[in-house]
Amino acid sequence: MEKALKKWFPIFVAPTLAAFCVGFIWPFIHGLYLSFCQFTTVDNAKFIGISNYTKALTDTSFLDSFWFTVAFVIVATLIINVTAFAIALALTKELKGTNIFRTVFFMPNLIGGIVLGYIWQTLFNALLMKMGEPLLALNTQAGYWGLIILLSWQQIGYMMIIYVAGLQNVPPDLMEAASIDGATSWQTLWKVKLPMVMPSITICLFLTITNAFKLFDQNLSLTAGDPAHSTEMMALNIYYTFYARAGAAWKGIGQAKAVVFFILVIIIGLTQLRATRSKEVQQ
Amino acid sequence: MKRFIALMMSMVMCAGLAACGGSDTSSEDTASVYYLNFKPEQDAQWQELAAVYTEETGVPVTVVTAASGDYETTLMAEMGKSAAPTLFQVNGPVGLKNWADYCYDLTGTDVLGQLTSDAFALKTEDGAVAGIGYVIESYGIIANKALLAKAGYAVEDIASFADLKAVAEDITARQAELGFAAFSSAGMDGSSDWRFKTHLANLPIYFEYQADGISSTDAIKGSYLDNYRAMWDLYINNSTCSPAELSAKTGDDSRNEFLAGEAVFFQNGSWEYANLVGDDSFTDEDLAMIPIYFGAGDEANQGLCTGTENYWCVNSTASEADIQATLDFMNWCVTSEVGTTAMCGGEGAMPSGENGMGFVIPFQAAKESANVFVKQDAANTAAGKLPVSWNFTTMPSEEWKNGVGSALTAYAADQTDENWAAVVSAFVDGWATEYQLANG
Repeated sequence: MEKALKKWFPIFVAPTLAAFCVGFIWPFIHGLYLSFCQFTTVDNAKFIGISNYTKALTDTSFLDSFWFTVAFVIVATLIINVTAFAIALALTKELKGTNIFRTVFFMPNLIGGIVLGYIWQTLFNALLMKMGEPLLALNTQAGYWGLIILLSWQQIGYMMIIYVAGLQNVPPDLMEAASIDGATSWQTLWKVKLPMVMPSITICLFLTITNAFKLFDQNLSLTAGDPAHSTEMMALNIYYTFYARAGAAWKGIGQAKAVVFFILVIIIGLTQLRATRSKEVQQ
Repeated sequence: MKRFIALMMSMVMCAGLAACGGSDTSSEDTASVYYLNFKPEQDAQWQELAAVYTEETGVPVTVVTAASGDYETTLMAEMGKSAAPTLFQVNGPVGLKNWADYCYDLTGTDVLGQLTSDAFALKTEDGAVAGIGYVIESYGIIANKALLAKAGYAVEDIASFADLKAVAEDITARQAELGFAAFSSAGMDGSSDWRFKTHLANLPIYFEYQADGISSTDAIKGSYLDNYRAMWDLYINNSTCSPAELSAKTGDDSRNEFLAGEAVFFQNGSWEYANLVGDDSFTDEDLAMIPIYFGAGDEANQGLCTGTENYWCVNSTASEADIQATLDFMNWCVTSEVGTTAMCGGEGAMPSGENGMGFVIPFQAAKESANVFVKQDAANTAAGKLPVSWNFTTMPSEEWKNGVGSALTAYAADQTDENWAAVVSAFVDGWATEYQLANG
């Protein structure tokens, strides 16, 4: 059996691997090369060395968008995961209608980011108008919290499903042993359930952190960076670098920013994976 | 492992060969035209015109229209493809900077010879003709004559900024009684803000260029920004909604208010004609376009803001055959009976009986346009009024416009001198910075 597997696996893997190379590896390498070039479209690139990177890294708007993104990621990740876990706990209790609730909570995740952004923009603006506050386009605070609410609303359901699966896999004998030993429900949660669902936490944290870091559609449609670029996240900053000014120079600078952005996401993602993995316990 | 690598290599080679084969056959097909259209308002007409041309000549013409505000991104993506647009648009000298490498030199082509004036040819620094302005447009303040009469005025009563201000403020004072406002909302949503950060901002630039006798600059002085402020104040404080709500108002909101008779004035251009007379909402007699009087220059002889920011460019990287096919198509559009009728005509001008594009085109075979605003511009010019030229094509970057727009929005919500100072700074300092960034 094992031998057959060894013999035949290339045939099964090759098509996907080829597609991966064509659709991902090659464009990625090409993108890396373009970040050292001046270009208008991908065909007419002219190699100019590292000057794109010096310009990208000295651009203060890029740094500002980095700090805004970091502030957003921290708060959004906390809110999403804590809420999703709490709902998952509630929905793994033997209640009537848990399936309906799970479906309802999951549904926001099925709507695309751009659409969500515009819908929430209308909602927030209506609310702000009622409150007599400046509307989203003039209100950095509202823009920041608006983005967090939007992303939480969209992602809590998805993370909840992962936590539900994790919680359902906590062995009943462990729970039983804990209750025989007289553990309170609080102690069971902290000492038994949490360590057992660590793999789910790893996945959920990874997904929320990287998704929040790379957020683009929702940012573009909800605030578009207004007022005056103060709610602009890194992906949007890169987009504006590409398109807000005429002249071939800006495309290369945008590309260099994109590479820096990619490296940042990789570093943060891997650090988080390593940190939470080390807390996982073997069943 | 060896076998695995061998297999991989062969797979990749197969994929590569297949890809090459595919592109070879497509490029050896008959010549074709791919037009990436800038104007969503005229998408249906271009599609139809393309179909008619294909039927007549057998040359396939594809027309794709970029969504409003997304032309540059769409163009960049499309240009990177193997079947790139053969005919595309730039919006003037600043837009040309991005695409100069892709512009076929149109010197000596038939379609260039059709232009009525050399002024409509967009030239590069070394004298090559990179683009041809194919439509001349006018903008100003569109007025609903019936509502204006209801308020006790006529279009002729408005001949200066002072007149406009008096009329608008009188309408606002009697808004409850009249049931309509002076101006439709000056929305600062992305679908509408260009009317103010670009088109209205043209006026202070125009008057400054006039006063200084220049046609572009690397540093604007902002000599007429007080007039800009007075105009903006007038728009936002005599409108259908509170100034604080403007940041969320869209272009559609503004048009709908005007269509519904909630406002007398609507700053927009001749391209809105089809939207306003379509669906039997207005007739030509209901509408007039007033120059944007600015309290500057010779107001008695001021005309509408007239110019072009739509230049046709031919992709120089396309195959010889495709370039020729594209030039033929352009020439057909501006010389043939069907083409010129479709481009200039109004109601029923398309072969299918749909409304035409209603353009004024600067070509010898042009027909008289059915567009009432355009007719008005011609009448103004005939009466010796001087049209205000389009200088926003010299604005240093999109980023500059966004900066001004953002500051205008903030000022609208809270009209303090401090906030106006931010507009001035975005206008003057922003210009210098952005000019440096775009040209440095």
